Amino acid sequence: MARMVTTRRKVISTVAAWLVGFVIFFPILWMVLASFKTELEAFAIPPSFLFFHWTTENYVTVQERSDYFHHALNSIIIAGGSTLIAMLIAIPAAWSMAFSPTKRTKDILLWMLSTKMMPPVGVLVPIYLIFRTVGLLDTRTGLIFILCLGNLPIVIWMLFTYFKEIPKDILEAARMDGATIGRELIYVLTPMAIPGLASTLLLNLILAWNEAFWTLNLSTLEAAPLTVFIASYSSPEGLFWAKLSAASTLAIAPILVLGWFSQRQLVRGLTFGAVK
Amino acid sequence: MKNVLCAVTGAAALLISAPSIAQTTLTVATVNNGDMIRMQGLTSDFTAKNPDISVKWVTLEENVLRQRVTTDIATKGGQFDVLTIGTYEVPIWAKKNWLVPLDKLGADYDVNDILPKIRDAVSVDGKLYAAPFYGESSMTMYRTDLFKKAGLTMPEKPTWDFVVDAAKKLTDKSAGVYGICLRGKAGWGENMAFLTAMANSFGARWFDEKWEPQFNSPEWKKTLTTYVDLMKEAGPPGASSNGFNENLALFNAGKCAMWIDATVAASFVSNPKESTVADKVGFALAPNTGLGKNANWLWAWSLAIPAGSKKVDAAEKFIAWATSKDYTKLVASKEGWANVPPGTRTSLYQNPDYLKAAPFAKMTLASIDAADPNKPTVKPVPYVGVQYAAIPEFQGIGTAVGQQFSAALSGSTSVDAALAAAQSSTEREMKRAGYIK
Repeated sequence: MARMVTTRRKVISTVAAWLVGFVIFFPILWMVLASFKTELEAFAIPPSFLFFHWTTENYVTVQERSDYFHHALNSIIIAGGSTLIAMLIAIPAAWSMAFSPTKRTKDILLWMLSTKMMPPVGVLVPIYLIFRTVGLLDTRTGLIFILCLGNLPIVIWMLFTYFKEIPKDILEAARMDGATIGRELIYVLTPMAIPGLASTLLLNLILAWNEAFWTLNLSTLEAAPLTVFIASYSSPEGLFWAKLSAASTLAIAPILVLGWFSQRQLVRGLTFGAVK
Repeated sequence: MKNVLCAVTGAAALLISAPSIAQTTLTVATVNNGDMIRMQGLTSDFTAKNPDISVKWVTLEENVLRQRVTTDIATKGGQFDVLTIGTYEVPIWAKKNWLVPLDKLGADYDVNDILPKIRDAVSVDGKLYAAPFYGESSMTMYRTDLFKKAGLTMPEKPTWDFVVDAAKKLTDKSAGVYGICLRGKAGWGENMAFLTAMANSFGARWFDEKWEPQFNSPEWKKTLTTYVDLMKEAGPPGASSNGFNENLALFNAGKCAMWIDATVAASFVSNPKESTVADKVGFALAPNTGLGKNANWLWAWSLAIPAGSKKVDAAEKFIAWATSKDYTKLVASKEGWANVPPGTRTSLYQNPDYLKAAPFAKMTLASIDAADPNKPTVKPVPYVGVQYAAIPEFQGIGTAVGQQFSAALSGSTSVDAALAAAQSSTEREMKRAGYIK
């Protein structure tokens, strides 16, 4: 009897988990489906779920009109570059605040977070003027710089909370064995913090990939990433859902694939930390 | 042998001495509308005629483009050489000296051929600051089959009384057919474009001669009451989130008996590839109340050059090409007359080929002619613009008022409360901006 209840519970929780997963995934599925519809079918009321005339014409049109690979490459360089630099700055910063805090550490952390509370449009004009003066408008360097700055507070905060979980005694033991700060960081701290580092890295990458304020406002053509590519498919006068969906599907494809590949490592890393 | 040597040396000398063509690259910012995408596809015709100029396109969503271009022009960022802007921006930006006057468009450009109302809308003090690429007004589109079935005849110049009455008679909710589809989505360029034009026909105005907001006037109350009552009785469900595209989809699917919106929609609703009712659509002017103004607006997507551009000559060449009569012929030869950009040149409306291909042409022209940006409504106003007031503050206050009116349509607030809120928010903004004390 008890066994039956367990099985039933298992079935219910499995179904519930799949249901929740499906609900979360549904908008993405709907977008992918819409990308294979004609404009008229994409707008049809009531909407058709699977039984419509499947077409790839939207992908052909998108390929003809825009240079997808140019935008995708820009996205990879900008998101990857800004993430790497942010990590390089954030790891030592979070390390020092977690392991040798001063009485000002809390204030510094709060101050960093407070910069995220300002709407970016508030500083658009000054930043634009600075970029114009130093010639950074429509350059990948400029976008890497600004996205890195924008994400730094979150990265430092995340790493700080992960580092704080690591017992100080282990580091002290390493020091007793004669480890220098560099060795301590690389051989002791890093392996223990890998789950935290990995999830911070991925989150920062996703944030930088999806960033659609600075990338739209500071780039024109040369440095324009996929956000600009998507924005070019919305139309005030004319049906555009199917083409916009095709462009969006192409835009999220790389990050989705990356997510799928790193999912196993990420989950393993996270649960490792949880069990410990 | 000697001859061959001479020839080779000569050719080499020629190659070396040939003037190298300095390449100018123009960056053109535009919106993702069908006519602009077509222009993008035809760029090779321009570059073939001007081998020293190459063109790069930046296509953006309308609101993103407006923000992007405004930031760039205000800070003199110099990222764009040709801008696509509307009739709202032209007078404001020209007065700020942000635009280069277009006086070198060439001898055969024929400025006088541009429709007078459109030309007025893109000129300041008689100087052209942008060249219209396509122009539009709004008009009434209706289903001839449903009208016939109900025994109704649409007059060429319908009144609001007729439209309200017909909409109620044509509504058949069980069959999913609604008497009228109108914009309800909040935004200065969405529901407020329609409602401001409608208010003009009821004799209402945004501001009096002293810039005092007028939402407490009986004319505005009548406008909004008529609109909300009509949409409640004869409009589709969820109308407060419908904009141009949503209504286009509804009309094309046969769900609307009437739709009052942009004249460019005419080519979409009568295109059998897009519309299920393509052969059953009739056109009439936007409704009036007998006060001498129709509820129709005026807009032209136009090409302009930002002040401070270092490539003015090349940019002007490009604008002259894109807005010329020859460009119209080029589009007609490649894609047919029905696809040429409408609403900018008198000659187009005298062209028998175009009139044959576009059954809505006559009504489009009549609608454009009926709108007057300098005298938009019955009473005098201190602003320019039919469905907007061409002041920098209008985007903000127009959208705030649009949100109130959209809420009145959805039923979350009453007409009186929406008008009172619109009046107080507009007064506050106008005081803050220094128009009134």
